[in-house]
Amino acid sequence: MGKLFFYVALALVVVSGVLFAPEHAALAIHPMDQFNVASLTGGAVSTFAITNVTLWLALAVVCVFLLMVVGSSRRAIVPSRAQSIAELTYGFIYKMVEDVAGKDGVKFFPYIMTLFMFILMANFLGLIPMSFTTTSHIAVTAILAGLVFFTVTIVGFVKNGVGFLGLFWVSSAPLALRPILAIIELISYFVRPVSHSIRLAGNVMAGHAVLKVFAGFAGALGLFSFLPIFAITAVYALEVLVAFIQAYVFTILTCVYLKDALHPSH
Amino acid sequence: MASNTQDAAHGAAESAPGMPQLDFSTFGNQIFWLAIALVAIYLILSRVALPRIAAVLAERQGTITNDLAAAEDLKAKAVEAEDAYNKALADARAEAQRIAAETRAEIQVGLDEAIAKADEQIAAKAAESEKAIGEIKAGALESVKVVAADTAEALVTALGGKADAKAVAAAVADRMKG
Amino acid sequence: MEGDIAQLGQFIGAGLAAIGSGAAAIGVGHVAGNFLAGALRNPSAAAGQTATLFIGIAFAEALGIFSFLVALLLMFAV
Repeated sequence: MGKLFFYVALALVVVSGVLFAPEHAALAIHPMDQFNVASLTGGAVSTFAITNVTLWLALAVVCVFLLMVVGSSRRAIVPSRAQSIAELTYGFIYKMVEDVAGKDGVKFFPYIMTLFMFILMANFLGLIPMSFTTTSHIAVTAILAGLVFFTVTIVGFVKNGVGFLGLFWVSSAPLALRPILAIIELISYFVRPVSHSIRLAGNVMAGHAVLKVFAGFAGALGLFSFLPIFAITAVYALEVLVAFIQAYVFTILTCVYLKDALHPSH
Repeated sequence: MASNTQDAAHGAAESAPGMPQLDFSTFGNQIFWLAIALVAIYLILSRVALPRIAAVLAERQGTITNDLAAAEDLKAKAVEAEDAYNKALADARAEAQRIAAETRAEIQVGLDEAIAKADEQIAAKAAESEKAIGEIKAGALESVKVVAADTAEALVTALGGKADAKAVAAAVADRMKG
Repeated sequence: MEGDIAQLGQFIGAGLAAIGSGAAAIGVGHVAGNFLAGALRNPSAAAGQTATLFIGIAFAEALGIFSFLVALLLMFAV
């Protein structure tokens, strides 16, 4: 019954798209409009204004709360579905931290878990149609990557003192090459936060923009709009995968950087 | 296409930089709310969720370990019981064999006795019979001698001779020997 | 045809920058293909290296995302 209703609705959408196709439909593609930050209360976007960013960040927090706190509230020995997901996520990230960053990286586990849960929830919430994707904004991802960069650098110097600079001094290379390698390593070290943040924002932004572009095609093609709709379905599936993979990649790179800070021996 | 480009240019003109991501006027807002969200998630996770899940996982691990130990115990007990059973079985078998051997020996003794008794009896009977047969045989021989002597006397008399009893008896004895 | 020469340059530049995405695709394919080749040779060691695979893919893809970003900047921000 629900399926039938869905198909009828879909058919109505397609037919109405054909009948009431705008004259200049091809001109209506605005792939970047979905990333606009707007105040929900009206007025300018000041620092403390409640915007769609606020709304979707709050929803991400609520989702994390629902999954990790409400899901595990029964403390069952034989877990329910939500508790299983919470435990699997916990085990997944815990094992990643332990494997990649080492045993002494485990005390950073809550920070890394925070990053992972936030990015994962923000990515998935952004895949809801008409939603706003907080992780598609450079401002957000730059803060996340900057936090990681400064944490790792400070931890490196606190743990190893000046020895942390050994990260840039490749002792296994020939002596003549070492200064050149040191410069390259230094540059790559400072490029880390840039690539770290732009990778996440760029992937998410690109996927959403592609979806919007195909949606614009669907509006313009009239009867043949089913072709872009198939494409949107496929790209959407890919985006669900990308949403998880990017959260995973962000987290595991954080672990890798943390390992560099804890054990800088090259 | 021409109007498309115009449109894009238009859009770029409307909101100062065309990409919302590069609209620096919204950065303060985003960073402010992001900081609050991250702190909230961190507090939720580190204060409530992670310790609870760690406790649940540890508890489950403990339960599993205990259950495994209990299972190990029960298995050991089962092995023990099987051993006892096997031992009892072997004992019973040995006992049965012993009893069988004893019985057999007893029976053998009785049998031997009976056989010996029977043999004795048979031997006695056989001796008796032999004796009887010997007597009968002797009796028979005697009778044969008497009959032969009588017949010979009668024959000799019938032929007109005079039979000397002694000679006849000697002749019969002679013949009987031969 | 209307529009000025600067817009022409923007769009041509954006198209050229988008080639970088294809180059990143080649790189990602290279990483994944080599991982698969190695994994098929020694399947028992493959499971432990999936994290490395994703790190490699992430590094290769980041540069493609840079070129995509350049294209976007040319289209919308310049």
